Amino acid sequence: MNVLDIIKPENQVFCKSKLMTDTTLSYCPGCGHGTAHNLTMEVIDELGICEDTIGVAPVGCSVLAYDFMNIDMTQAAHGRAPAVATAIARTWPEKYVFTYQGDGDLAAIGTAETIHACNRGENIVIIFINNGIYGMTGGQMAPTTLEGMRSSTSPYGREIKTMGSPLKITELISNLPGVYYVTRQAVHTHKHARKTKKAIKKAFENTRLKKGLSFIEIVSNCNSGWKMTPNESNIWMEEHMFPYFPLGDIKVNGILK
Amino acid sequence: MSELKLMKGNEALAEAAIRAGVDAYFGYPITPQSEVIEYLMTERPEQRTGMVVLQAESELAAINMVYGAASTGKKVMTSSSSPGISLKQEGISYIAGAELPAVIVNVVRGGPGLGTIQPSQADYFQSVKGGGHGDYKLYVLAPASVQEMADFVEDAFKIAFKYRTPVLILSDGLIGQMMEKVNLKEQQKRLTDEEVITLNGDWATTGKPTTRERNIVTSLDLQSEKMEARVHRLMKKYEQMEQEDLRYEEFQTEDAEYLFVAYGSSARIAQKAVKLARDKGIKAGLLRPITLFPYPKKILFDLANQVKGILSVELNAGQMVEDVRLSVKHKVPVEHFGRTGGIIHTPEEVLEALEQKIIK
Repeated sequence: MNVLDIIKPENQVFCKSKLMTDTTLSYCPGCGHGTAHNLTMEVIDELGICEDTIGVAPVGCSVLAYDFMNIDMTQAAHGRAPAVATAIARTWPEKYVFTYQGDGDLAAIGTAETIHACNRGENIVIIFINNGIYGMTGGQMAPTTLEGMRSSTSPYGREIKTMGSPLKITELISNLPGVYYVTRQAVHTHKHARKTKKAIKKAFENTRLKKGLSFIEIVSNCNSGWKMTPNESNIWMEEHMFPYFPLGDIKVNGILK
Repeated sequence: MSELKLMKGNEALAEAAIRAGVDAYFGYPITPQSEVIEYLMTERPEQRTGMVVLQAESELAAINMVYGAASTGKKVMTSSSSPGISLKQEGISYIAGAELPAVIVNVVRGGPGLGTIQPSQADYFQSVKGGGHGDYKLYVLAPASVQEMADFVEDAFKIAFKYRTPVLILSDGLIGQMMEKVNLKEQQKRLTDEEVITLNGDWATTGKPTTRERNIVTSLDLQSEKMEARVHRLMKKYEQMEQEDLRYEEFQTEDAEYLFVAYGSSARIAQKAVKLARDKGIKAGLLRPITLFPYPKKILFDLANQVKGILSVELNAGQMVEDVRLSVKHKVPVEHFGRTGGIIHTPEEVLEALEQKIIK
């Protein structure tokens, strides 16, 4: 690829989306949230659906997503975003509705809302950032914390016998008939970010076609919570997170891979 | 066209919701209010008016669906009974904090805990003192008949949108389950999406056009000054409610020497007790608060200049009596009479309590 190809708009990964506000991101430097936000906004901008999109912000690090995304957004109580999005999509069936949730929000306190919104096949997009830890609350154990991984509430490492296994909620919900598209991606390299963007675009297109629920897990880092440099955290993520949470499509067009 | 029907309180409420042009109902079954969602499902309101009805997976999900639909400017309601309302408290606090309009119905049963499925007024404290976390109040309407179960739906939505606040219709298992004739209003049209945008587009999340800034619905203010300003704004609304939307009913209070204070089911029983008292030559009257928040404090204070004593009649162990005492400021004796466990007091018992506790 020559330089001219690289700077073509379709090949640019890191430019700031027009739908991102000028507010300084509250995320730690090196965290994947900023990229995931930007990709989501790029897709909404490129599809020209800003006027018809309503986002649902979660509790956790991304609680302030509405400060950065220049679209209409409703902030939901911890774990309840899929219920909030259900109602928005039901009462405004022509709108594009998405939730943006972390692992504590989606896979712990909000497990019931996640499973039932998926099972009803709500015509929404769920973007799920899995960094295996409660970031904002100060680095406590999440349902997706890996075995042996240290957190402030698993200070000697997660022990399966007493704390259970890391929850693969994405695989769990992929078995539900109402779920049309399930994929697991990452955003720590430009290659991964581009794949994630494609996935997000596909998800919003599914909404347009009223296909039901699209679920995009983004395995991401938490350099602060993991107590690593950004680069170390990305390497650690590849070596430890990806083997347990393998990247790739899990269900496409309603068919399990 | 209006229509006269014989209906259960719960059914009348559900039918009134369809006719009031409500956009959505999200609920979860619990005795003694399950007829609300059963009636709505049977009536196919999606076909009649386009109203969305969904049985959620839990009360938590249901109230957060209410939050979601309300955040987009739609007319949305839910109903439940005591243990279910306790589960909904988190969401109610968020709805109040985010300043959203919504109508919540509580067809009260006895508690605490799983309690009983029989009628009760033991959720008074929970309803008028907050219920969920934080500094907020609900506008609380207490129906005393099947007719009011129907009428209060529209009234509740008017208040909910006037103040952008959650409104609670505080009924109980007696009114929810009993059948009476009810005059149902004619069908109103639901607002179109364009009308919703025109009316609520300045705050609701309906999708951001290029012509306005983005709308954000949240109850979060990490800056202390902003959070305090939000709380002050809420308190101002509650003061305005007291000035403009306080509701109560007086029954034979003009010459009353003794006063019953009662709401909902208890008020109907106390009204009969007034008649029994008058037959015996005791000049009794009744003040019936229709709004439990705002509370008719001033009228009670004024009536305390005229009467010799007040009996608060409730289906609980003594809750509203505290507000009666606060209102009359020790001017006259105030006592409580109540039954619990789902037992309904008779008018005779109420009169006897007046004679024993107040007249002596």
